[in-house]
Amino acid sequence: MNRTNPLVLGIETSCDETGIGIVRGTTLLSNTIASSMDEHARYGGVVPEVAARAHLEELVPAIRAATAEAGINLADIDAVAVTSGPGLAGALMVGVGAAKALAVSLGKPIYAVNHLVGHVGADLLRSDDAVAEAPLEYPTIALLVSGGHTSLLLVRDIVSDVELLGETIDDAAGEAFDKVARILGLPYPGGPQIDRAAQGGDPKAIRFPRGLSQTKDMARHRYDFSFSGLKTSVARWVEQRQDAGEPVPIADVAASFRESVVDILLIKAVAACVDLDVPRLLLGGGVIANARLRQVAVERTDAAGIALRIPPLSLCTDNGAMIAALGAQLIMAGHEPSSLGFGADSTLPVSEIQV
Amino acid sequence: MLLAIDTSAGTSVAVVDLERGVIAELGTGDTMRHAEVVGRLIADCLDEAGVRVADLSAVVGGMGPGPFTGLRVGIAAARVFALGAGKPFVPIISHDAIAYGRFRSGHVGGLVVVTDARRREVNWSAYSGADAVGLPIRIDPPGVAKPTALQEPDWLHAELPRVDAATVSAGDLGLVAEILRANRRAFAADEALYLRSPDVTMPTGPKRVS
Ligand SMILES: [Zn+2]
Repeated sequence: MNRTNPLVLGIETSCDETGIGIVRGTTLLSNTIASSMDEHARYGGVVPEVAARAHLEELVPAIRAATAEAGINLADIDAVAVTSGPGLAGALMVGVGAAKALAVSLGKPIYAVNHLVGHVGADLLRSDDAVAEAPLEYPTIALLVSGGHTSLLLVRDIVSDVELLGETIDDAAGEAFDKVARILGLPYPGGPQIDRAAQGGDPKAIRFPRGLSQTKDMARHRYDFSFSGLKTSVARWVEQRQDAGEPVPIADVAASFRESVVDILLIKAVAACVDLDVPRLLLGGGVIANARLRQVAVERTDAAGIALRIPPLSLCTDNGAMIAALGAQLIMAGHEPSSLGFGADSTLPVSEIQV
Repeated sequence: MLLAIDTSAGTSVAVVDLERGVIAELGTGDTMRHAEVVGRLIADCLDEAGVRVADLSAVVGGMGPGPFTGLRVGIAAARVFALGAGKPFVPIISHDAIAYGRFRSGHVGGLVVVTDARRREVNWSAYSGADAVGLPIRIDPPGVAKPTALQEPDWLHAELPRVDAATVSAGDLGLVAEILRANRRAFAADEALYLRSPDVTMPTGPKRVS
């Protein structure tokens, strides 16, 4: 196996994106994504069985498209990497079964990796024509925000030392966007809808709560998040208006809700950087597409003297390239392949970088 | 020579050949660990058969019917193995393997194959017998039903003997494919036989919180 610049194919099926990525070392060759999001739209959220069925149908076309884009033959790859967890169990199993079959058919080793650490791995990728960018430095704090997870990590070394500082104790931030969009009568997915609705709204119009920010909560949940109380608070506020026969100022509600989410995410992320004396923050996950989140992240990290890294948005949403990137890092660091008996682990802890 | 994979019940993997029959077959009846075991079973089965991937002429996948979560693992594995090996993928209905096995071991006349579909339901297929080349003649496509429905005296196939199967043999699945190929017959459609729509709850609009 080429351990200096390995050609790795990554398979990601933890949620509703069938992601196939191909990397050579830290160079991105293909980031092919087939999403079943449209199929979920009418249900107002990801339906696990619909996602898993879509993975089964998308895998082969996506692998073909990825190898074509990368200009490689499957026989050329040095290893297969696959998401073992965390994620939706039935969806993960499709990728795990496929990845093992691919590895055995090609006679290549397999690396079963952690999805959340994969989000960090996305930042290590460079496209061919990229000017030399500064590499990711360790340690770094990573804030990963999507419809499936909201996690704050301390990454001392991506292949050997990742610690969970905190995570959501109820809804993921992306889920909160979906639920509040429904309250406001907006379609799924909620993130871009809330963003659009918030245009021209006053983010200070309504003071919605910041979950787990009170002193009593901070003792136990310093780096944890909670969004279900916020969602309820928005619903109650809207109902009061409706009951009084008053119009609901959608732009103000959307902007104020979004501000609450963005504020608490960055309060906790910056606090982690300051507390742990780690002047680096990396963002990942689909909710990073939210422009207000990126804007506030830039302002607050600037003010606190923290270096902010945001991978390209196509690498922030779930994708196979980040899984391939993490696999390549493990190979380059000399780690042995996973044994073929691993499974899909829907609650895989972030400290288990490789299974 | 074919590699055959079925996860419609437990996990079964085989290497078969029309002339040599089942060369190697490995499996487990465990209906919960398909993703864990499928890779090792494929690798070990090829080893035991002493067959290289390049020697295979196609890869067979059991398309069900069967419980969704496990069924998909084998189909994904078979399709992607075929892609990796650069061989055709051959879809076969899993119940046909069960019926074929019965006819090969001497059963004469019609039969109904019944397998567990979970959620207190069963999958079934009806066969009138085996044809001249030994292939089962399916007269009613795989269906899903409450177990009691199959016990009603006026059920369409109530007169046929019933075969309840807890496992599907990938060896038999592969042999069905080999006989179909040799006789230039059509394979099954390349679609998973879920026979049930996904569980979804349509949004009813937000519930009041106050
Ligand atoms: Zn993710």
